[in-house]
Amino acid sequence: MNPSRSATLARAANLRARFEDAGAQVVETPVLQPAGILLDLYGEDIRARAYVTSDALRGEQMLRPDFTVPVVQMHMDHAADPARYTYAGEVFRRQEQDPDRASEYIQVGYELFDRSGSAAADAEVFALIADTLTGLPLRAATGDIGILMAAVQGLDTSDARKSALMRHLWHPRRFHALLERFSGRATPPPSRQALLAQDDPLDGHAPIIGKRRLSDVEARIDALRADAATPPICARELTALETLLKVRETLPYALERLRDVAVDLPQILPALDRLAARIKALTAQGIDTDTLDFEASYGRTSMEYYDGFVFGFYAQTRPDLPPIATGGRYDALTRRLGKGAEIPAVGGVLRPDLMLLLEGAQT
Amino acid sequence: MTLRLGIPSKGRLMDKTFQWFADRGITLKRSGTGREYAGEVDGIKGVSLVLLSAGEVPRELAAGRIHLGVTGTDLIHESLPLWQQQVQQVAALGFGQADLILAVPQFWVDVDTLDDLDAAAAAFRARHGHRLRIATKYHRLVRDFLRHAGVADYALVDSQGATEGTVLNETAEMVADITSTGETLRANHLKLLTDGLILQSQATLWRSRVAEYSKAETTALGQMMARIEG
Repeated sequence: MNPSRSATLARAANLRARFEDAGAQVVETPVLQPAGILLDLYGEDIRARAYVTSDALRGEQMLRPDFTVPVVQMHMDHAADPARYTYAGEVFRRQEQDPDRASEYIQVGYELFDRSGSAAADAEVFALIADTLTGLPLRAATGDIGILMAAVQGLDTSDARKSALMRHLWHPRRFHALLERFSGRATPPPSRQALLAQDDPLDGHAPIIGKRRLSDVEARIDALRADAATPPICARELTALETLLKVRETLPYALERLRDVAVDLPQILPALDRLAARIKALTAQGIDTDTLDFEASYGRTSMEYYDGFVFGFYAQTRPDLPPIATGGRYDALTRRLGKGAEIPAVGGVLRPDLMLLLEGAQT
Repeated sequence: MTLRLGIPSKGRLMDKTFQWFADRGITLKRSGTGREYAGEVDGIKGVSLVLLSAGEVPRELAAGRIHLGVTGTDLIHESLPLWQQQVQQVAALGFGQADLILAVPQFWVDVDTLDDLDAAAAAFRARHGHRLRIATKYHRLVRDFLRHAGVADYALVDSQGATEGTVLNETAEMVADITSTGETLRANHLKLLTDGLILQSQATLWRSRVAEYSKAETTALGQMMARIEG
């Protein structure tokens, strides 16, 4: 049976009080958020997930799809760090595929802004969330987007190719397709080959219309010519990258596997040192890291603003449920919202309704 | 109660639908002078005609207020996210064919595939400071298609008519629209993307899975199906 709204609110208040005890300051954010900033961050996909509304004066608004963006904005506007925040309230998500999932639910969160960007901050957030979930039949998954990013940024290829791959880190299918082409395993489509075979592809062509100008088209043709002249990503790097993406072990073994990969991808070594430091910090917080799962690809499809440590807690007995808790590090988000400024940040959110649901099933 | 059949109330779609049913021995006609939005059914018992706009048919089927309805595949897929659970396709009627496609200016010689589009969109955004705009009225279908293809850095702008003109007017950089022959596209100096076919649509008879069917309505449905299946 689904927990009542009042029981959920009571649990949310209780969790928030616990986070206050851990040193967090309570914050509130408006339910209506300007759509522009969210669209800029997430792209058109956010419209499939958020309720969009509008008024004649303020233009498009969205019903808060999460707290992270408004909390970051608030912090960047006028707060000093380090800072810890907690909040509880409704978030709204459109559900077009699965009518059993709630379109309005309560989220409780804890966010930590800390300039040192340390492993200790990652471990503090994870341990705090794990502690509130003690006793529930959950499986924890962890990952680290930062290792993937370091691997791509250090590839021996052109900057254009690296930024194309970085842009699609969160779209595994397109990432894979790009990798196939950049490594020479897939040939370019015939239309591309035909285009590049011409001396002046724009000679005698159709009228020039629209805001994408002739110079845009010319610039892209130049970029395509440059790309065609770029040597393929070598087999050694490619194999190592593919091995990296498949790493899925308990933490200590995962680190071992990744150190093997680093023989061919030495650019990930600093990120692996951070992972090692995080394992130590988690152990110091009392987390059993020997049994904690690590998946190198974890967070690649669903957690697009995270760019370092990522984690989630899933109900073992109810694979149909969304994660009970998720979180991670989002330094890049603070850079994009901070108008030049940035502050390393890590946080996590919980679903009190799902916690109650699982507790109810246990008794 | 009678089995309620929803038919588009205007134009060629109505005429052709009437003809399609007439070929199966079911006569549909408008009452009175022909300007009234009420109709009659001859040749089959227990069926009543509901005339409404083609765009309203999906909603009425999903709400169970009509049992059967004729409208395009495009409108069903666009407005009913869970259409497989809400309606069942009874028969494709063989007319009203149109493709929902992605089209870009012909002089974009560098853009032929979705892969090109994605790269062009990224460069456009970096240079012009906003996302590449796609004019359409099929927001959900286009967004799902592009998400599945991994295309990013675009924005949909709403266009309920004269969509092909938006590029010339610089309110959009490209379009996603319905076309049957492609003539309007060519006249507006647009071309199709090779892998940009989003949906092939045609006029289709649908049955509501959520409507309630009384005994009399079930009987009428059975007779209707027998006529349709010939």
